[in-house]
Amino acid sequence: MQASSQIPHDVNYLDYKGKYKGLLSWILSTDHKRIALLYMFSMMTLFMVGVCLGLAMKLELIAPGKTIMGPQDYNAVFTVHGVIMIFMIVIPGLPAVFGNFLLPIMIGAKDVAFPKLNLFSWYVYIAGAVLVISSVLFGDGTPDTGWTFYAPYSFKTGTNMLPAIFGAFVLGFSSILTGLNFIVTIHRLRAPGMTWRKLPLFPWTLYGTAWIQLLATPVVGITLLLVSLERLFGIGVFDPALGGDPVLYQHLFWIYSHPAVYIMILPAMGAISEIIPTFSQKHVFGYNAIVVSTLAIAFVGYFVWGHHMFTAGMSGTAQYTFSILTFLVAIPSAIKVFNWISTMYKGSISLETPFYWAVSFIFVFMIGGLSGLVLGALATDVYVHDTAFVVAHFHFIVFGGVGFSFFAAIHYWFPKMFGRMYDKTWANVGWIFFFIGFLALYTPMFYLGLQGMPRRYYDYLEQFHSANILSTLGSWVMTFGLVITVINLFRSAKIGEIAPANPWNGKTLEWTVPSPPPVENFDVIPVYEEQDGPYEY
Amino acid sequence: MSQAIHHDEHYDAEGSKIGMWLFIFTELLLFGGLFIIYSVYRYMNPDAFHLAAEELNRTVGSINTIILLISSMTIAMSTSALQKGQKGTTILLLEITFMLGLIFLVNKYFEWGVKFDHGIFPGSQHMLDTLSQGEILFFGLYFAMTGLHAIHIIVGMIVIGFALAGVSKGKVHADRSALLENAGLYWHLVDLIWIFLFPLFYLIH
Ligand code: HEM
Ligand SMILES: [Cu+2]
Repeated sequence: MQASSQIPHDVNYLDYKGKYKGLLSWILSTDHKRIALLYMFSMMTLFMVGVCLGLAMKLELIAPGKTIMGPQDYNAVFTVHGVIMIFMIVIPGLPAVFGNFLLPIMIGAKDVAFPKLNLFSWYVYIAGAVLVISSVLFGDGTPDTGWTFYAPYSFKTGTNMLPAIFGAFVLGFSSILTGLNFIVTIHRLRAPGMTWRKLPLFPWTLYGTAWIQLLATPVVGITLLLVSLERLFGIGVFDPALGGDPVLYQHLFWIYSHPAVYIMILPAMGAISEIIPTFSQKHVFGYNAIVVSTLAIAFVGYFVWGHHMFTAGMSGTAQYTFSILTFLVAIPSAIKVFNWISTMYKGSISLETPFYWAVSFIFVFMIGGLSGLVLGALATDVYVHDTAFVVAHFHFIVFGGVGFSFFAAIHYWFPKMFGRMYDKTWANVGWIFFFIGFLALYTPMFYLGLQGMPRRYYDYLEQFHSANILSTLGSWVMTFGLVITVINLFRSAKIGEIAPANPWNGKTLEWTVPSPPPVENFDVIPVYEEQDGPYEY
Repeated sequence: MSQAIHHDEHYDAEGSKIGMWLFIFTELLLFGGLFIIYSVYRYMNPDAFHLAAEELNRTVGSINTIILLISSMTIAMSTSALQKGQKGTTILLLEITFMLGLIFLVNKYFEWGVKFDHGIFPGSQHMLDTLSQGEILFFGLYFAMTGLHAIHIIVGMIVIGFALAGVSKGKVHADRSALLENAGLYWHLVDLIWIFLFPLFYLIH
């Protein structure tokens, strides 16, 4: 069939007129770039909802006693906040948006291996999101278990749990399909001559991530199904009244959910590994070490789930085994930090917005990582378990990791995606407010946790008041920065200066195609010669 | 749909087979979780599991095992028939496979029906009153696992239905057989899982 030649190569993917017009040309498109934007806009919307819930919680916590909501509402808000942020934003985030957009281009392919499956994954994602949201709007009350759906409460509580749990299951299915698609894409569609050792680092992390998605998600899938069955029919598996074991639920849940943290963080690290060399105009330091540590994180990450259950009643042997293994994961993570720093060393650094976001990523990621060691060590974890310290830790790692990397990535690839430049001044203003706000929001929580303020409470003792005021003020400053950033990006996508194909002098393949890329990315599939590598400066 | 046509052009049988294998992997892990739960609880309640297993009808279980084994054979034969270009035979074999799946489900329906009549189903008062916790667990797992397996049978039949349509319309043929081969792989998986479920629930004593 001559179809391929029918698609003109001088038309970019945004202007391309396919069979459908308007909205349909987006929601029926199998072009990986359009699907990436579909994900981006749906995630942006959900993220706004999640942020508003976060702000509501912080407002409640601005003073002791009831401020804007009571205990039940607070439970509902942190549950929905957690479910949205974890299952709909940070787990799919970078792979679905930047992976979809860039993976095929970076490996010199015209699309992913299964374009229709790719679009289908987005529909599954939307279905899952709608299910979860429906649990808020309909039924007998908003879910109130926390995003972990811990048994036995999750099948005893009278609230509308089923759609939320099933929604999380459906979202997992979407994640599996994306991972599967990426693995096959990377195996089958690399440009001729692009060996594994020439694969750029972002695709490498997507590859590691995809395997975790594939190997871990089914476990949480079955766990969530069993909780649903427990709720519907009372099969007894997790119900202590019927001989079941709720701690087993925790094991199964964290066997997924700990590796899920690496689903979130690996692609974030991958994006940073692209940005740092470009803005240092230097060959990435220790390519092999970065790849190996990526795979090591993906691998070791499976064996540490028990650190979430130190206080849940495990044997002593299990406790210290999990503790040691947890410490092991810190090694490959630290290797990456050293690689980034060494890449910057003696580079000719250009202080652009993506670089600011990337460096602040390293900063917050290190704080998050070091506080993770406090939680990984048995003795100290028992002390700070389920306090605000944990909330600070995972926001530093997860929000700091994924959020900063996401904004680094969007500013880095924005010219490529939309063919326009953003306003640099406003971008920097947005970043600085966000960064300062972020630190003000979460750093006090470390202190509060150490002082003994528990998490998941809408109220606290008078002695915690002042640190909480600072934290709440921080949430406003950060949101202000967020709003500036988002508005700037939206405006610039419409009216920004026209961007050149390679504004940052990047070396990976996406910078060799026009901005925005044509429908099928490449006129001629690039061929890698012996001497070519991904980061030759 | 110019875009879709374009993608069809990049037909990659190898790629789609890798994709199917990866998917099968995830399915195995899904059931793997269940098998682990089963073994943990069996280890904790050996006597109760023994007692409860007596209740299951081994004849029906064996018949269903044989049905699935035959169906695995027929779908494998249909793939080689397609390779030889025998369209009619392929279709016939696929139809037989589909029917065998249906018979399996009918048997399951009656098997479950009998249990229900005896008051054995999750959450039943009868179980709470007369059975021990271990036995309740056994039946909880029995219904969850065989039920999930039955859902997989249904999905497998739908996939076979697609393959069947593809073969009859001529879209699936000797040079473009990935859909049929993937349907076959999936069906073998469903079969394989049953081969584990059957001894675990019906045979071990
Ligand atoms: C505007 C930004 C955000 C604010 C103000 C915020 C604030 C909060 C607060 C106050 C809590 C409740 C802590 C407690 O009472 O235990 C919380 C919980 C949580 N947040 Fe955020 N957060 C924000 C962004 C995020 C992001 C981006 C993520 C994604 C990783 C996230 C994930 C979570 C999770 C998983 C929980 C735990 C919910 C639970 O305890 O079940 N948050 N957040
Ligand atoms: Cu963990």
